[in-house]
Amino acid sequence: MKTEDLIKAMVADTATVSPPISRTLGLALAAGVALAAAEFFGLLQVRSDFAYAITHEPRFIFKFVFTLGLAIPALLLVMRLARPDGEAGWAKAALALPLIMLAVAVALEMAAVPPEHWHVSALGSMPGACMKYIPMLSVAPFIAVFLALRSGAPSNPAAAGAAAGLLSAGIGAALYATFCVDDSPMFLAIWYVTGIAIVVALGGLLGSRLLRW
Amino acid sequence: MDRKARDAEWSDLMRKAIGGNESAYKRLLSDLSLALRSTVRRGFSGVSARPNEVEDVVQEVMLAIHLKRHTWDQSKPIGPWIMAIARNKMIDDLRRKGRRTEVPIDGMLEILEAGGHEDAIHAHDVKVVLNGLKGRNRDIVQAISIDGHTAQDVAQRLGMTEVAVRVSLHRSLKTLAETYQETQTSGTKT
Repeated sequence: MKTEDLIKAMVADTATVSPPISRTLGLALAAGVALAAAEFFGLLQVRSDFAYAITHEPRFIFKFVFTLGLAIPALLLVMRLARPDGEAGWAKAALALPLIMLAVAVALEMAAVPPEHWHVSALGSMPGACMKYIPMLSVAPFIAVFLALRSGAPSNPAAAGAAAGLLSAGIGAALYATFCVDDSPMFLAIWYVTGIAIVVALGGLLGSRLLRW
Repeated sequence: MDRKARDAEWSDLMRKAIGGNESAYKRLLSDLSLALRSTVRRGFSGVSARPNEVEDVVQEVMLAIHLKRHTWDQSKPIGPWIMAIARNKMIDDLRRKGRRTEVPIDGMLEILEAGGHEDAIHAHDVKVVLNGLKGRNRDIVQAISIDGHTAQDVAQRLGMTEVAVRVSLHRSLKTLAETYQETQTSGTKT
């Protein structure tokens, strides 16, 4: 086929253009968050002392600082990596911030809690639920954002998929945190991080296979 | 024309094209096909690609530009976006052929400026390409691209609505983009 013939076909197709990728991703995210919230209220409920904890318990507040601190740079990353010329740039560096804050919070907790009680903080009351619900609540945002990314053109499909995983896991974890009564940063560092990491790894794996174009 | 002026011109043409301006799009694609041909040739200079292999990749890049034009951020210059797509497709192509992927990326932005002016070469055999399409889709692509009819004409002739013709054409272009990848994998070319 001659290139000039191909050009004729493409010119005839001028009118058929997808909406800008940023809009597609934005809509997908909104739909994913709404679905995850609906899922949350179907399965769980906000903990009974939420109003008190969110105003008086720094460790409870930190759970949102951490999870949303991951989700926000992850959103930026998704938006950037969806384009062929997109570079991770400072959005990737910004991910270090919540991790450093978590490390500091863990250190403070270890200083405040006597070593013989560390295992109590670390295990909390329901570590298993955390690893189950964070991935479960991530599924809807992940599918929505991932499908939107299929309309993109990432130069690094695995990284784009992993960023979508981190974004949805951050959302899932923030939702779950409103239910979860384990507030220790040690609990966060072990169980939340594991739950999130599972989704990120899955996102990277799926991305490397399904986000090629 | 220097790189900046060319980039500004292409960005402007693409903005118009996304807004539905067919003549702007036609000019852009013709310009790009020339620039990409020399870019791809230079990129493949170390791996002794045949002219039709170069043309295959040019067409693959053009199809990707077409199908992914909504991923260009209109507030940014279009050159780096085009180069990123070209680089991706060239690396993919080299990988499929099992060659070492040493596409000289850094020099490529300069190369995009220089356009070759020789006649276009056939890439894939028309039949091979169109065989990836079925029935009516194939007739429509052939009528528009090779015979040069408008979507309106084709619609009338086939007794379809113009919208249906356009939908079919768009779907066929997506299929073509996939066909190129598959036939290149098998390594049989004509």
